Amino acid sequence: MALVLNDEQRMVKDSADGFFAEHAPVAQLRKLRDSNSADGFDRALWAKMADMGFTGVAIPESHGGTGLGMVAAGLIQEAIGRNLSLSPFLSSAIVAATAITRGGSPEQKAALLPQMAAASRIVALAADERPRHAPAHVETRAEASGNGFRLTGAKRFVLDGHVADRLIVSARTSGEAGDTDGITLFLVDPNAAGVSIERRRMVDSRNVAAITFDDVQVDGADMLGAPGEGHAILEAALDAGRACLAAEMLGVSAQSFDSTVDYLRSREQFGRKIGSFQALQHRAAHLFCEVELARSATLKALTALDEGSDRAAFYVSLAKAKAGDVAKLATNEAVQMHGGIGMTDEFDIGFYMKRARAAGETFGDSAFHGDRMARMMRY
Amino acid sequence: MDEELEGFRRDTAAWLEANCPAAMRQPVESERDVCWGGRKARFSSDDQRLWLERMADRGWTVPEWPKIYGGGGLSRDEHKILQQEMRRLGCRPPLSSFGIWMLGPALLKYGNEAQKLDHLPKIARGEIRWCQGYSEPGAGSDLASLRTSAILQADGCFLVNGEKVWTSYADKADWIFCLVRTDPAAAKHLGISFLLFDMASPGVSTSPIRLISGYSPFCQTFFDNVRVPQENLVGAPGKGWDIAKYLLTHEREMIGGMDMASAGRDSMHQLAKTAIGTDSEGRLNDSLLRADIARHEMNALAFALTLERVKDEARAGQGVGALSSMLKYYGTELNKERQELLMSFAGSDSLMWEGPDSHDGDMAKSWLRSRANSIEGGTSEVQLNIIAKRVLQLPGA
Ligand SMILES: Cc1cc2nc3c(=O)[nH]c(=O)nc-3n(C[C@H](O)[C@H](O)[C@H](O)COP(=O)(O)OP(=O)(O)OC[C@H]3O[C@@H](n4cnc5c(N)ncnc54)[C@H](O)[C@@H]3O)c2cc1C
Repeated sequence: MALVLNDEQRMVKDSADGFFAEHAPVAQLRKLRDSNSADGFDRALWAKMADMGFTGVAIPESHGGTGLGMVAAGLIQEAIGRNLSLSPFLSSAIVAATAITRGGSPEQKAALLPQMAAASRIVALAADERPRHAPAHVETRAEASGNGFRLTGAKRFVLDGHVADRLIVSARTSGEAGDTDGITLFLVDPNAAGVSIERRRMVDSRNVAAITFDDVQVDGADMLGAPGEGHAILEAALDAGRACLAAEMLGVSAQSFDSTVDYLRSREQFGRKIGSFQALQHRAAHLFCEVELARSATLKALTALDEGSDRAAFYVSLAKAKAGDVAKLATNEAVQMHGGIGMTDEFDIGFYMKRARAAGETFGDSAFHGDRMARMMRY
Repeated sequence: MDEELEGFRRDTAAWLEANCPAAMRQPVESERDVCWGGRKARFSSDDQRLWLERMADRGWTVPEWPKIYGGGGLSRDEHKILQQEMRRLGCRPPLSSFGIWMLGPALLKYGNEAQKLDHLPKIARGEIRWCQGYSEPGAGSDLASLRTSAILQADGCFLVNGEKVWTSYADKADWIFCLVRTDPAAAKHLGISFLLFDMASPGVSTSPIRLISGYSPFCQTFFDNVRVPQENLVGAPGKGWDIAKYLLTHEREMIGGMDMASAGRDSMHQLAKTAIGTDSEGRLNDSLLRADIARHEMNALAFALTLERVKDEARAGQGVGALSSMLKYYGTELNKERQELLMSFAGSDSLMWEGPDSHDGDMAKSWLRSRANSIEGGTSEVQLNIIAKRVLQLPGA
């Protein structure tokens, strides 16, 4: 497939760009933060996103979605990044939806996917157990009990875990922490006895949950995929999320870059526009190139996922790593080139830098993905 | 449409398989393996000559040029397929030339019919080798300050006088495309014209300059009352600057992209593994170099994808345009980094200049040669200036 958007994708892009700029601009993030919103997002917006068909992009038409695919999902997430719009899009509509589409039984799909596409149900993935992303590091144990399992363990950094109607939990049915074999995924009711959920606010004003499972009874029918074979489903779901995070960071980078260039064109010092100083021009020009590279890598990853390419995971790591590096550079350069005003809370650019840091960390930073690429290339 | 293209792919693959000599499917190791053509051409083997002839017969040395000018008349999609199939089989480019990369595109856009019919087929067949007369001792980055003069005489010839420098392969080339000042009274950019002439003309002389790599690929070039027929002016007098800039965009894309072609040649981690060795998990034995290589390969891949995307967008009539400076800047900086890394993991082997196992100092020479990438065709700083001004529209100093 060529690395260009087709007509359908261009329509998605236009409608997503317009929608998030109008309905979920940075001002909304600021308001939600200042009011210490318990949900951390606006439910009316989430419902409108369903009306637009956004929440069903990663869900097949047969299960109530639009089935538009990952390139379309990435375009939506890029617009989200440009506006720093808050919603459970990534956690539920992309990551959880992909896990269920890939690993779910017909009954599980029928029960969950249509409601997820309609945004009437939020599903979150509880996978990480350590501060640095290591999806195979699963200590949470699932012991067989009756016709089901009993789960014990602790998860952290569960995106939107505090508002989830269902959790997808990775637990170990055999082997040791670090093994890819022996991981099993379960659908868990957050209200079940023994589940305790604590909301944590992060630097970027988003919420994650720390969740403990204390001898939680799970029905055998709530196993997602085959026992011991959860890792492949987990990786597929994470890769979908990582590619969308790359797209989000691309949006963050592009928006920070555009604001910075605008500022260089308008701010005056020494009797001239600061954009006439070559020291700043060269940094801006370099940044322009970097954003273009991040864009190419991201589009390739999303395209490879849509094609079902066996190189998709490789390109996803490339995109996540590159877009992460670029977002870090773009937002740091943005703050620096705005001078003092860039350090103020009143000015928006700081929000972008905070989001770049958090999105970069989520599901593996560029060191994690650089290492993953190197391993895939066998060095 | 897609079926037609698939048919083209099959036919192309079969033809390449049957016609590309085995020796021409070996990686290009050094300058000796590059075929430049020209009157003074010295082929390094019969296979090299044969491969050029066979490809030129199909017009595939310049696949997208129209057939009447010696091209293959391929569409952009067909050309992409040809490139993919050549890469898949490891076929070397049959011909490298400034005529193909630089002058050809400029003539196709700005030349008159007689000039196109005269020069393009000879470029396509590798019969005439061209050199580029742009830079002068006083006009490098500030190219428009060039002083070489061409004054029209009563007999209808220009009289050319002046000095060019850094003229790559001037001593091997047959013809030169040359920037000259035809109107000394006009403003800097407006008095410049684009002139073609034979390097065998009386009054042309060259003197090679030795580089840090030990090679002497470029020359000082002197013009002492060289007579050039008026018909050899491309475009209108005083309009040479537009042509010069258009040609530079092609040169820059070529330089930026060429490094990628070589980067794809043998993945650097493969070379690193051989040189450094791996641990029990298959990881390179030097963890800091491994990280440097991973980051380099990441950037090289993202850059290769950008080249692909820019071309795909152009094919689809989308895209930003004015990206040649980006490709030139980023591609050349990447290639320089690649050469530094190659030197690093070869350790002291990389330093060998002469003697057994030195391969004539190829490794060190490639490293040294690559330093020029961010200078030739407009320096990295100049490319960043262009991006800042043209793409980002930042105010002038
Ligand atoms: C291997 C090689 C092959 C070449 N082949 C040819 C050829 O075939 N034909 C031909 O005509 N020329 C050729 N050149 C010449 C090449 O185009 C020039 O060297 C180049 O344009 C730079 O000019 P200069 O060497 O005069 O450097 P200068 O222009 O003097 O630059 C010196 C330094 O100042 C910086 N600088 C200059 N102006 C600015 C500015 N405005 N802003 C910021 N920094 C600036 C430059 O980036 C550079 O770092 C070749 C050069 C090389 C190295």
